[in-house]
Amino acid sequence: MTLGSFLDMGGYAFYVWTSYGITTAVLLFNLLAPIVQRKQLLRQLALKQKRPQR
Amino acid sequence: MSFIPAPISRFFHRTASPPHFYALANRFIPWLTVLFLLLLIPGLYGGLIMAPTDYQQGDSYRIIYIHVPAAWMSLFIYVLMAVMGGIALIWRMKLAEVMLISSAPIGAGFTFIALVTGSLWGKPMWGTWWVWDARLTSELILLFLYLGVISLHGAIEDKRNAARAVSILALVGVVNIPIIHYSVEWWNTLHQGPTVSKMDKPSIHISMLIPLLLMAVAFKVYYAIALLQAAKLELLKRESSAQWVKNLLEKTV
Repeated sequence: MTLGSFLDMGGYAFYVWTSYGITTAVLLFNLLAPIVQRKQLLRQLALKQKRPQR
Repeated sequence: MSFIPAPISRFFHRTASPPHFYALANRFIPWLTVLFLLLLIPGLYGGLIMAPTDYQQGDSYRIIYIHVPAAWMSLFIYVLMAVMGGIALIWRMKLAEVMLISSAPIGAGFTFIALVTGSLWGKPMWGTWWVWDARLTSELILLFLYLGVISLHGAIEDKRNAARAVSILALVGVVNIPIIHYSVEWWNTLHQGPTVSKMDKPSIHISMLIPLLLMAVAFKVYYAIALLQAAKLELLKRESSAQWVKNLLEKTV
């Protein structure tokens, strides 16, 4: 099998690759969003803790 | 909780205590990630390259390797959420509440994937992006249930109260799960009947079945990783003034 025929997916390239693309995007978003938000939250909390308490 | 033996009860309380769970999640995530890749790579290779072209559907059928596992996950996660809801309502276990609400966006994601890939598969094979048949409609209702859980949780300020409301919604919505599963048998649908779960004789060739099962397990492991990440965030949000979070901050800063 050549790379070209693999990418062509027997003429169904649009349907197959759009499916795999959207799936990858959704799964990556749901995995990375909480990591990014947690880092932001930790930074905020660390700043608050460093501030001298009066 | 008197009918549960003391050692088991103690084990659950220890594991479910937020700092302990947080540390446990950190320890598990790298291993789960390795396991996920070990399943995903052969699953994709087997599905996209090794498995033969379908004699009726051509290569369009290769959408099955994400469509079916995603649809299974959409049902599986909702049932787990209902179980978590039950535990949260009966024992008021904080970790169950956190797991329930952390699962909702992941489940909504899988439901969305099942609907969109189904649509992208339906267009070339059925000639239409969408029909209001029982399987498709009940899966769309599932998406609305997930979105309902997310927005209900967001709308109630007090997180303990929000968790109660969300638990009840998750439990009530579970009625929809058998409807989705049996829709292709109860009604005449454009969607095909079950292919894999007829265990006596699955009507799918072994070279197509193995990558499908690999992808299904890979999606389960992905769910575990994404759930742990989301639960860590939710725990930090709820417990931001607790001592264990302060200790954690001192270690990282």
